[in-house]
Amino acid sequence: MIEVRNLTKRFGPTVAVNNVSFDVPSGEVVGFLGPNGAGKTTTMRVLTCYLPADSGTVKVSGYDTFEQPLEVRRRIGYLPESAPLYLDMGVIEYLEFAAGMRGILPAERGRRIRQMIDVCGLGPMLRKDVGHLSKGYRQRVGLAATLLHDPEVLVLDEPTSGLDPNQIIEIRDLIKEIGREKTVILSTHILPEVEATCSRVLIINDGRIVASGTTEELTRLAAGRSTTQVTIKAAADSIEPRLRTLPGVESLHLLDRPKPGIASYEVVADASQEIAEDIFRLAVESGWILTELRSSHLSLEQVFLQLTMGDKRS
Amino acid sequence: MSRVMTVARKEFRSYFQSPIAYIFITVFLALTQWLFFRGFFLIGQATMRDYFGTVPVVFFLFVPAITMRLWAEEKKLGTLELLLTFPVKDWELVMGKFLAAFAFLAATILLTLPLAITVSALGDPDNGAMLGGYLGCLLLGGAYLAIGLWISGLTQNQIIAFILTAVTCFGLYIIGDPLVLSSVPKALVPFFANLSMSYHFESIGRGVLDSRDLIYYLSIIGFFLFLNVRSVESRQWS
Repeated sequence: MIEVRNLTKRFGPTVAVNNVSFDVPSGEVVGFLGPNGAGKTTTMRVLTCYLPADSGTVKVSGYDTFEQPLEVRRRIGYLPESAPLYLDMGVIEYLEFAAGMRGILPAERGRRIRQMIDVCGLGPMLRKDVGHLSKGYRQRVGLAATLLHDPEVLVLDEPTSGLDPNQIIEIRDLIKEIGREKTVILSTHILPEVEATCSRVLIINDGRIVASGTTEELTRLAAGRSTTQVTIKAAADSIEPRLRTLPGVESLHLLDRPKPGIASYEVVADASQEIAEDIFRLAVESGWILTELRSSHLSLEQVFLQLTMGDKRS
Repeated sequence: MSRVMTVARKEFRSYFQSPIAYIFITVFLALTQWLFFRGFFLIGQATMRDYFGTVPVVFFLFVPAITMRLWAEEKKLGTLELLLTFPVKDWELVMGKFLAAFAFLAATILLTLPLAITVSALGDPDNGAMLGGYLGCLLLGGAYLAIGLWISGLTQNQIIAFILTAVTCFGLYIIGDPLVLSSVPKALVPFFANLSMSYHFESIGRGVLDSRDLIYYLSIIGFFLFLNVRSVESRQWS
């Protein structure tokens, strides 16, 4: 359904999307997860033919975004970030405009618009101007407009940003509902959102895809490892290299230095190793004072943090 | 083609959804007619020549007001992203916006018809010159609109779009002014005159329809609409 191969997009010297490849099969809801500025929006803009790629190819339903942009756009419903709308238009007026731009036949328009008003729960707001609607309702108007032409692929850029918790749940349910029949790509930097709505996750960071899989796969990836938080009182420069030499240690982050001579670390290690015991023994051998030692399993959240922040923290 | 009309309808309606249209029409009519009637009874001639003489100058200020928001606002609101991801060709968007602006300007000019009727009732004006004057207004206005639309696409700030458009239109008009023509080298005079909006405007205003004047305005409109399509295509939005 969506085929992205070696997509690269630069803005001047910065590489926004760097050699990204992925597939989204038909009928899946895929979450595009990453911190702000990771390249999510840029990728979506290339997918929807708003921006051209510098290199690489993107195909939607078999149509190339560069060669046949109109065919691609016909098959995509795109809701840009923060749902931009013409604020001086009425709700119905806007939907009619969108239907016209989508080339929906005039005879069909009324029926499609009524249907989308039902699906998106816009009934009570029909008489208002878009500019007078709350953020949540604007999002729904935007969503209704993207669904008007019954697109095969739905691209939603941060569909729940700026909404209150109730609205978030409503929009998520709506997306899940839509996702039963359509291919959906949604971007977010909120983890629970992915777990709540998506069947598959692509984690993107600094313009690269750093992990992909179902939410279960990613959690399983995490389950093989454990994290241990340790706070040690000792000469700082001797701690790090010696902790790293312990068997099974995969990464080590300095969390905090509350006082000089005291440092706390997060140690990620293979779960099969009794890392907490090893740390204890090492501390005894080196004459360090342990003030805290706590182990836990890695959650999806930590996998995400590790993948997206690893370079900056270590 | 239906998408061109969808865009044009949307833009045309949005003029009337805010007070812009009403203020624009009122002030335009009041200003131009005041400028005209100030001298009309003193001269005592049933002609609209003086009226058409004031229009190009008034257009410097009024036409940029019509075009400044057309692209700049889309960029500011982020709706440009919606517009450019509809299954629509770039030229259809440009054409739709231009047609809306042109229809609005034409409607405003149409509202000066009572003036023409008044002048006709008071005397026996030269109908050819009057028609020519109206045609000139439409063509000159269209050329300014095309320039303004293109400039609106280069910025997301409406004030900048307004000022740059006014300056550009003024520049293209003034290079045909006798004062300017007398200060450039003799060999360049026909070049400047032919390039200027004023030379062709006055030529049409005499009531003689010369194909060169028509071609001049249509090519100016075509050229700037083409530049606009290119700038939409390249997405060179600041």
